[in-house]
Amino acid sequence: MSSMQHHIADTVQSLKPSGIRKFFDLVSQTEGVISLGVGEPDFVTPWHIREACLYSLESGYTMYTSNWGLPELREEIAQYEKRAIGVDYSPQNQILVTVGVSEAIDIALRSLVEPGDEVLIPEPCYVSYAPGVLLAYGTPVPLACYAQHQYRLQPEELEAKITPRTKVLILAYPNNPTGAIMEKQDLEALREIIIKHDLIVISDEIYAELSYHTRHVSIAALPGMYERTIVMNGFSKAFAMTGWRIGYACGHQDIIAAMTKIHQYTIMCAPIMAQKAAIEALRHGETEMRKMVADYDYRRKLMFNGLNEIGLSCFEPQGAFYCFPSITSTGMNSEDFSEKLLFEEKVAVVPGTAFGESGEGHIRCCYAASVKNIEAALQKMQSFVIRHRKG
Amino acid sequence: MDIERRILELLENDARLSAKTIAAMLDTDEKVVADIIAQLERDKTILGYRTVVNWENTEWEGVTAMIEVKVSPEREVGFNSVAERIYRFPEVRSVYLMSGGFDLTVIVEGNSLKDVAHFVTHKLSPLDKVQSTVSHFILKRYKEDHIIFGENEEDKRLVVSP
Repeated sequence: MSSMQHHIADTVQSLKPSGIRKFFDLVSQTEGVISLGVGEPDFVTPWHIREACLYSLESGYTMYTSNWGLPELREEIAQYEKRAIGVDYSPQNQILVTVGVSEAIDIALRSLVEPGDEVLIPEPCYVSYAPGVLLAYGTPVPLACYAQHQYRLQPEELEAKITPRTKVLILAYPNNPTGAIMEKQDLEALREIIIKHDLIVISDEIYAELSYHTRHVSIAALPGMYERTIVMNGFSKAFAMTGWRIGYACGHQDIIAAMTKIHQYTIMCAPIMAQKAAIEALRHGETEMRKMVADYDYRRKLMFNGLNEIGLSCFEPQGAFYCFPSITSTGMNSEDFSEKLLFEEKVAVVPGTAFGESGEGHIRCCYAASVKNIEAALQKMQSFVIRHRKG
Repeated sequence: MDIERRILELLENDARLSAKTIAAMLDTDEKVVADIIAQLERDKTILGYRTVVNWENTEWEGVTAMIEVKVSPEREVGFNSVAERIYRFPEVRSVYLMSGGFDLTVIVEGNSLKDVAHFVTHKLSPLDKVQSTVSHFILKRYKEDHIIFGENEEDKRLVVSP
């Protein structure tokens, strides 16, 4: 077949394929792998939520909803965010139900970014922010975060990267892949800089409920930040609903209205069955969700303690379900380490560089895995580390 | 939640967790966990460690019956003494005092229907305080102690995802 490459738009052609994709192919070709490379809960969606969806299908809820999402769902989201981060959003015009946070990020960037505008992205981070900026014809500007600061964004780093073209700052805490969180004082230290330079913040809070021994703080709750912050959250992580593809954005009515314009022409509305399930999750899902979080916490400690014990030093992650240990004691870079570990021990982790350059020297280990698998993986990693220890 | 309760919950869910693993999960010392477990065993809070077996996967074709038993309570000891007379039989797996239309639920296991019937007619019914029994045979187990029988537990997630 002749090549059709010349028909593909330059912007898309120049997007780099995700580092995760390459690794996924490698792991898929290997038999009997213990995977710590997964980026989603190991729980199936709680039954009462699945059952509510079945009931809604039986009752004939198979149609479009309002572009904004079902009014009852927006009402529940407003109440939830009020409880969770202490901020009021009007269900009438400040909340948009989206196809996961992924869609919310995409349409927020397209609503805000003019060609050439710069978007600041603390790294290491989830893989889709920079491509999202490029697809909006903006310029992604990475902000490096490091283990010595527990991967919290430092105000100096933020200030240093701001130019007259800077328009948006993306904050994603609790963080994938590092497990870092930003506490109130950390956010407070960024606040003045953000206001001084009139930036908009996209706050991806998808892991908010997975905060351990501390309460998630949203930058939207800080003085002067409410109007300039778009809070994004969803059901994937807290309620183990990744495949339902349901999330939302809350913010200033003008920004939400602009996002809704794109959403109505491209998506129309989030699937009604997922919206019905989401209502059930917010109304009756708290107990099960707390149980899942408690269960992650046990495994968080197991993995964090285990990694440090086998000589892969790791700061204590306080959110999400990832540990992000350093592998520099082996002298390997993160890609070599991950590939060799896969081939030699059949344990899959994700190289830190898949999440940005500052992830070099680290790997992402997901502890949303069974205790048995975590222990087996740690044991295999221990023999690997001993075998490859530098010097 | 206190550490004792956490340990009990973890062990109730998976009795094979070692003290070392539990210690890592609770971020404490192995010795602390081992001591607490030993104490819980001594004071009979932990009564034993067992395995949930799906006997359908084996050649054993035994039967289990749930028997509703009506009894006359005795002065001073209520139902306890007759319950004891019943639970001493090795065929009896469990005995519960119930509210409602009957008094005791007795779970009985046997190698065959005949075995169980023999137990009910020759051992249970003739007991002094037993007024009547209704036997229900269990046809299929779907779920026991939170474990669903025959559920496909395979991890359906993609092996690597962002």
